[in-house]
Amino acid sequence: MNKEVIVIGAGAAGMESAGQLANEGFSVKIFEKDESPGGHLKGWYHLFPNRRDSVEVMDYLLDVIDRKEIELLTNTTVTKVSKKDGKFVVTTTQNKEYNADAIIVTTGFDLFRSERKEEYGYGIYDNVITSAELEKMFRNGNLRCTDGRIPQKVGFIHCVGSRDEKVGNFYCSKLCCVSAVKQAIEIREHVPESNVFCFYMDIRMGGSGYEELYRESQQKYGVNYIRGKVSEVAENYEGKLVLKVEDTLVGKPLKMEFDMLVLMVGMEMSESGKELAVNSGLLTGENRFFAPADHHFGSNKGNVDGIFYAGACTATMNLTETLAHARSAVDDVVDYFRRKK
Amino acid sequence: MNFELFVIPFNIGLYFIIFYVVYRSVVWFLDLSRQDKLRLQRGFFGRAFWQSIKEIFSESLLHRKIWKTNARLGYMHTSLAFGWFLLIIFGTIEADLFGTSHLNPPYKAIFFKYFHPEPARSGIEVAYAFLMDLILAYILSGLFLAVLKRFSSKSVGMKKTTKLLTLDKVALTSLWLVFPSRLLAESFTSGAYGSGSFLTGSLGNALASFLPAEQLAYPFWWLYSLSLGTFFILLPLTRYMHIPIELFLIFARNSGIKTGDQKGSYTDIQIYSCSSCGICIDACQLSFSAGINNIQTAYLLKGIRENIDVTDIVPNCLMCGRCEAKCPVGIEIMPIRMIQRRENIYLPSERKLLKRYFPDRKKSPAPKPPVPPSYSWIPEGRSEKAKVIYFAGCMSHLTPTIKKSMLSIFEAAGVDYTFVDEEGGVCCGRPLMLSGQTKKARELISYNSKLFYETGADMLVTSCPICYKVFKESYKLGIDIMHHTQYIKKLINDDALKLNFMHKTVSYHSPCDLGRGSGVYDEPKYVLSYVARLQETEFEDENSLCCGGSLANTKIDNPTRALIAKDAARELTKNRPDYLVTACPLCKKTFGAVTETDVVDISELVAQVIVVPQAKRLMSNSPIMRKKKVTVKNNC
Repeated sequence: MNKEVIVIGAGAAGMESAGQLANEGFSVKIFEKDESPGGHLKGWYHLFPNRRDSVEVMDYLLDVIDRKEIELLTNTTVTKVSKKDGKFVVTTTQNKEYNADAIIVTTGFDLFRSERKEEYGYGIYDNVITSAELEKMFRNGNLRCTDGRIPQKVGFIHCVGSRDEKVGNFYCSKLCCVSAVKQAIEIREHVPESNVFCFYMDIRMGGSGYEELYRESQQKYGVNYIRGKVSEVAENYEGKLVLKVEDTLVGKPLKMEFDMLVLMVGMEMSESGKELAVNSGLLTGENRFFAPADHHFGSNKGNVDGIFYAGACTATMNLTETLAHARSAVDDVVDYFRRKK
Repeated sequence: MNFELFVIPFNIGLYFIIFYVVYRSVVWFLDLSRQDKLRLQRGFFGRAFWQSIKEIFSESLLHRKIWKTNARLGYMHTSLAFGWFLLIIFGTIEADLFGTSHLNPPYKAIFFKYFHPEPARSGIEVAYAFLMDLILAYILSGLFLAVLKRFSSKSVGMKKTTKLLTLDKVALTSLWLVFPSRLLAESFTSGAYGSGSFLTGSLGNALASFLPAEQLAYPFWWLYSLSLGTFFILLPLTRYMHIPIELFLIFARNSGIKTGDQKGSYTDIQIYSCSSCGICIDACQLSFSAGINNIQTAYLLKGIRENIDVTDIVPNCLMCGRCEAKCPVGIEIMPIRMIQRRENIYLPSERKLLKRYFPDRKKSPAPKPPVPPSYSWIPEGRSEKAKVIYFAGCMSHLTPTIKKSMLSIFEAAGVDYTFVDEEGGVCCGRPLMLSGQTKKARELISYNSKLFYETGADMLVTSCPICYKVFKESYKLGIDIMHHTQYIKKLINDDALKLNFMHKTVSYHSPCDLGRGSGVYDEPKYVLSYVARLQETEFEDENSLCCGGSLANTKIDNPTRALIAKDAARELTKNRPDYLVTACPLCKKTFGAVTETDVVDISELVAQVIVVPQAKRLMSNSPIMRKKKVTVKNNC
């Protein structure tokens, strides 16, 4: 049965599901809008909770798609999917059309644009950076303030763009808490004399090994955790960042100075995913991610039979969940063709 | 024939309402403060009197302002008010000219046709009968629209119309019956006697051809009198009380009386002057963007009038002032809502009929108890000497680009200034004012006033319209107070600031507290046109929209605010400007979350196009300027 399946997006979910599809004997095309596959994984240094080097996972995924049944088309953005007589037509920005028998959408997420929380000073003050930028600094081995100093006091602001009514995101992005813990530990490792503070609303350590890492960060690395939502950030004449927050456990307002502030940015439905949803008539939920057909039994299915979802285009997900979700999408594809026979 | 039994209901009604209005006016006059009484007396013998006559003619009769907002609605109001007025005037003249005697009692004019049913004897009388029919037809056309509006508000170009109470419905029905019953009574009489003009005459002839016209006329004259009488008797309990009271309001306003911050006669008069026309509902963004249709001014005023619990209505308002700007009666809605916020306690009282006709004199109940604790824990503030105080305000601290832009403007213009809330200041007090906590707000006001005073400055510049409004209205500083848009204009005019022109299109959103709230419309636009290409929007000046972020509403949630913000942003960016520009940090934040267009404050644009920082800057006491060169990153 030489069925053709198109996977939209070559991030972790897209690559893993493409590999599984090839295992099932389908021929696969992956469309990737960037010039190389990997998605957000490319930007990571070490992964939580076991601090594995992200390159290991990347190598595994590249290996997965390196086979003759899989064709990877980079620099290609899919704008529309339409269904005709049980077959699918995929349109790209170059206005080319490709035919397929089934689709897996793995358009993933975009990081929250921190400029939208102007009070944190991203884009205004030099040493306010995002968690993704910090990850790159680690990868490049270049953890420094803009003036070249090594940061001695670093603050992490949790929930930037997550659980925030004012920016229209009610949901939790799930992985920022544990990322902050991991990055806080790494700061302490890179700069042993540094002080690190995390400002949180709740600490959510829902995954396997997360709570242990959180405990380790306090016991072994002396990371400080302060419960309180940061109200504003300013810069003083020495170029230090002045942060205002209420410690809600003590019930006192605090004003603290930092060399560097890291914004733990949340996840949002990707722009390319939004465009695809609008053009193709795919339903989205109130959180703007693709709406799964059923919370329990149809998390890979949507409102069009034959179009399946995998990974963070349906909800916020970490890498472990994404890979599992990608494999289960392939199960649904196999089931779809069996039903159609 | 000089008298008939059926005139009695009309007479009772008429003399009752005359007595009643005089009585209420006297009570109101007595309750006015001494100064207001003097104002009224001076007004009566001065220009205010003639101004009021003019205004009564153009607003109470012709309804010029309603015409401007909505022509169909204007026609409806004019035909009823002005038409009825003409009918009374010409009816009186008719009774005097063509009746048997002069100086007739009012009922003679109202029921003239019954007492003088004969056909016209001269050309003049024919013409006069034609005129009277014309007026009646004019009123009936307006009445037709009014009935239509009740059942389908869209027909007169209104999205929403006010909901009615039972008594309003009875009064409304009797009002509706007045003119049709007059038409039928006159027609039957004309039919019986072969008189009347194009309307009553033709209708009369048609009816008389198959009905006993003479016998049927009499019950309709009764109906006419009864509906008039009922309407007059019920008038004090309904919104139609606005008809006599509005005259009093116009006169009081022209005499210079203002609402102030206390409940009293003038608020009462305004409350009774509301005709529930519903224009405030159509103006309200909570209505057309968020679907909230029960909190608008018409309902608030009705609630106060009828002693209904309005504690939920009072805080559910953005206080943007759009309804006040559009109110055809000119009711000072914002101060009334503020008074209500300060006293937002509902005291249920007996609603006996007699009490409703003769309510207790309105006295301000005890103000809301202040929320403990007080602000005594705030440490003493310190300030430095300078010529100009810059107060960013807490919202500008949440939008630091504005703050940085202002500092670079001060720097470039070489201003001797002190950034008084650089380390984070104390709130200006307006949010507390808006929630009715005046006493608490006063604590903050005196704290800040002391701080300002110690600088010895003669100018206070703020970046926040919310602060600006409260500085202007509730602080007694005795120095110039400017919003930064006004100050930038001054710097441009003084040649202290040299600016380039950027080839970008911008549309301007006028913040509520700066525009309608403080009357600052021109300066921001002046500065904007100076640095960029300013596009017109459909919502300029008094008609500008609220961003939805207003601090004044403590009832609605964020998703509801987002509905308002999205609608407003969409309207303002219709012409696809490069920037949506505002002059308020709160508007900037609110719009920033809902639109793809870049939202910036005027100061940010200005800071981008400063030409050469002039070297005439005096070394000020500001540490931020001495120790670090301020640069604004181009993020917009």
